[in-house]
Amino acid sequence: MNAESVVPKIAAGAALLGATGGVVGAFAVLRRRSLLGDTLAHAALPGICIAHLLLATRDLWALSVGALLAGLLGVVCVTAIPKWTRTREDAALGLVLSTFFGVGVVLLSIAQQRPTGAQAGLDSFLFGEVAALRGRDVRVLAVVAAVSLAATAVFFKELKLLCFDEGFAAAQGWPTYTLDLAVMSGVALVTIVCLPVCGVVLMAAVLIFPCVTARYWSNRLGVVLLLSAVLGAAAAALGVLSDQIEAALFTASPGGLPPGPMIVLVSGLFFAASLLAAPERGLIARGVQTLRTRVEVVTDHVLREMYEFGEETGGQANIPGRQLAARVSSDPLTLRLVLALMRWRGWLEADAGGTLRLTPSGGTEAAGVTRTHRLWEIFLVSRADIAADHAHRPADELEHFLPRTLVAELEAELARTGRLPQPAAATAAGHVPPSLHAPATTEDRA
Amino acid sequence: MPPALPPALLDALLDPVTLRQVAVAATCNVSCALVGCFLVLRRISLMGDALSHAVLPGLVIALLVARDGGPAAMLVGAVGAGLATTFLTRITQEHGNVAADASLGVVYTTLFALGVVLVKRYMTDIHFDIACVYEGSLLNVAMNTTRIAGVDVPRAFFTAAPVLLAVVTVVTLLWKEWKVATFDPALAKTMGLAPTAMYYLLMTMVSVTVMTSFESIGSILVIAMLIAPGAAAQLLVDRLAPMLVVSAVLAVAATLLGAAAADAMNVSPAGAIAVAAGLLYAAAALFGPRYGVVSRLAGQTRLALRVRREDLLARLYRRREASPIGAGSPEAAAAGRVTAAEAVAICGGGWLGRRAVRQLLRRGQARQSGDTILLTDAGAAEGQRLVRSHRLWESYLVDEVGLQTDHVHDPAHEVEHFLGESIQAQIEEQIAPRLDRGRDPHGRDIPAAGGPRSDGRTGGGGT
Repeated sequence: MNAESVVPKIAAGAALLGATGGVVGAFAVLRRRSLLGDTLAHAALPGICIAHLLLATRDLWALSVGALLAGLLGVVCVTAIPKWTRTREDAALGLVLSTFFGVGVVLLSIAQQRPTGAQAGLDSFLFGEVAALRGRDVRVLAVVAAVSLAATAVFFKELKLLCFDEGFAAAQGWPTYTLDLAVMSGVALVTIVCLPVCGVVLMAAVLIFPCVTARYWSNRLGVVLLLSAVLGAAAAALGVLSDQIEAALFTASPGGLPPGPMIVLVSGLFFAASLLAAPERGLIARGVQTLRTRVEVVTDHVLREMYEFGEETGGQANIPGRQLAARVSSDPLTLRLVLALMRWRGWLEADAGGTLRLTPSGGTEAAGVTRTHRLWEIFLVSRADIAADHAHRPADELEHFLPRTLVAELEAELARTGRLPQPAAATAAGHVPPSLHAPATTEDRA
Repeated sequence: MPPALPPALLDALLDPVTLRQVAVAATCNVSCALVGCFLVLRRISLMGDALSHAVLPGLVIALLVARDGGPAAMLVGAVGAGLATTFLTRITQEHGNVAADASLGVVYTTLFALGVVLVKRYMTDIHFDIACVYEGSLLNVAMNTTRIAGVDVPRAFFTAAPVLLAVVTVVTLLWKEWKVATFDPALAKTMGLAPTAMYYLLMTMVSVTVMTSFESIGSILVIAMLIAPGAAAQLLVDRLAPMLVVSAVLAVAATLLGAAAADAMNVSPAGAIAVAAGLLYAAAALFGPRYGVVSRLAGQTRLALRVRREDLLARLYRRREASPIGAGSPEAAAAGRVTAAEAVAICGGGWLGRRAVRQLLRRGQARQSGDTILLTDAGAAEGQRLVRSHRLWESYLVDEVGLQTDHVHDPAHEVEHFLGESIQAQIEEQIAPRLDRGRDPHGRDIPAAGGPRSDGRTGGGGT
């Protein structure tokens, strides 16, 4: 056989499947019904078996109708159980999924006993046969894809409203129940059509992965849907082609790669990459952001502690590194990083003995930081009625995030109400008000 | 087959192979049911689904590393896979902002796919029937035995029994910790009971039980054994200890029923056991004494009938009261009357309405003459009690709550059925000083407690 010419066709069909599953599945994920497709796929098994046993056929259409009916019955059970009993939705999903599947397994074992019932066609519903994606299957898939994409485009506004604010949609008079039903029917249709290709277990992946991955890259529904389609198609095509790709890369291939599971693994890779590397929501970006904030906070603390040390000793003091570490509450690693950064910026000088000294530019920075802290403390004490010995901690937390304009406003306000000693001088940028906590040692360092 | 089922069931169960199947399956299923109760109560039943799928790659890797596939290697593989699943779902949920259900879907499908790829790729030399993944092979389990003291004991029993023992030991030793962590994780944290460690321990126990059940029941059907007994027990009892016992009993019952039916009808035993567990759940959901759908519907119907009967009695009493002769006099008895059709309409119509009227006639609280329904003395006493309850509540709402007089009828109409003698007396005592000669806010008399009075004019404060 000329496998070369078949594989690209299968890959194209798989891409179509992935894109459709991605778009329709996105609504299931956003409606918090990610596992609906999974339940449907498992619950479809008895329907497939009954259709097979009754009609003695392996015709895809007949089996699919059976699958759809059983799947929908399963979904009805999943919604009815939490409504009528005190069993919760999670248990209802698991119960329906496993019990229906159990019925399917029993029926399958009956089908196996029949002389005519070679259940080979039924097995593909369990594990899927991506290789079956040719000819008629692709045409059916194309029709389903076209219908679901067109429906998504036409009802985009309504679906968006449903996904993000169901209560508001209902209040606006939209038929939320009908819309919800339409979304679930879409998921059911796609599930049943894709089932013989994907198999029961991997169906969930086709529906869930694209949207969950796309959410890392955008907060807009349109973009998420588009990305879901692209990611679903790419994962499916790459999964099908993985065997060829591997054969091309490594000549000595130890054995075939099954396309179905490979689609899931490629999707998993896309997801893991997005989870780690997405620009705003990714773990790396958020880790960097957290680290940057922590460095900023510790830098401010170091500057203030050095300034206050200077105030206490009455001059441009040299502070031993160990003493500084004791005054700044920070883990040693961050502190070391912060000190290195400060030296690199030219704010700090250190001699061989480990004694630290602020440079003139560092001194200016330190005065600015201390000023912000103390202004906020004064504000808290004078306007928010917080006791002087309670003002330090909230000020400590907020000082890093006060914008310059707010500090200037604060200063003007405090000066106008006479809470800063020298109204004229106080607005000068270099002025640092005296500390509220140790008035004896303070000295106006204008 | 079906008519001859009971004797066939018994025969089937006495077969030694079936007996062995049942013994192994029951041991596994009781372990599943016990840990499953905690999954159900924590509302994380689907972690069972995820773990049962995710154990596959762990077992495959264990088989690949330790070629003989001894129990220790399998244990390490299962626990490793279980902890990895738990950890990954937590990471994606807490740090990746993925919803709980989606994170499960993401993690377990990936791990399962990894398992399938590993099987297809590297286990070509080892016989690994893919059907085992979803339905296990209970028959193989029963055939693979060793002889101990003259009895053929299935090898699988040597993993299943210690696991059951371990589950029981952990649940007993950490009873308090698991209980608090299950029902109130925040409290567990403040009490220093390490809820996170308990969570991981629970997931480890689930992974281990799933691993032992993997061979006998398969990865998908084991979900039924994890969830169904616990969910059914939750519908039958309210306390944790009875719930665990009931779930274990149900697990054994499901095993017996399923294995016997499978043997009699020659179908997949694992599938039949899962179906039996599902049917037991359905039975509990429908016919459970307190939370069953049927018993709750029956209770609601009884209440609806009572409310409808009482509505009619109160209406008849009011008619009699409104007649110029006065409510109490014997001649007035004829004044409280409605036509039969009217009576059904007052009772809300429909079959419930007709039934309510029939019940009144049967109880002797009303009688029928021709086409009219009349109040009997017993019915009049009951009607009086209801009208008294209604008007007392109206007075209370106006006097104590400060509602407008035109807003008190509807709430009183609803609550009149539920005020007992003692509450009526209490209300009366509380509002007596302000009660205007025993009249309700609309100026009508509040009837006295007890039987009909001779004088319709005296207020309720007297006797």
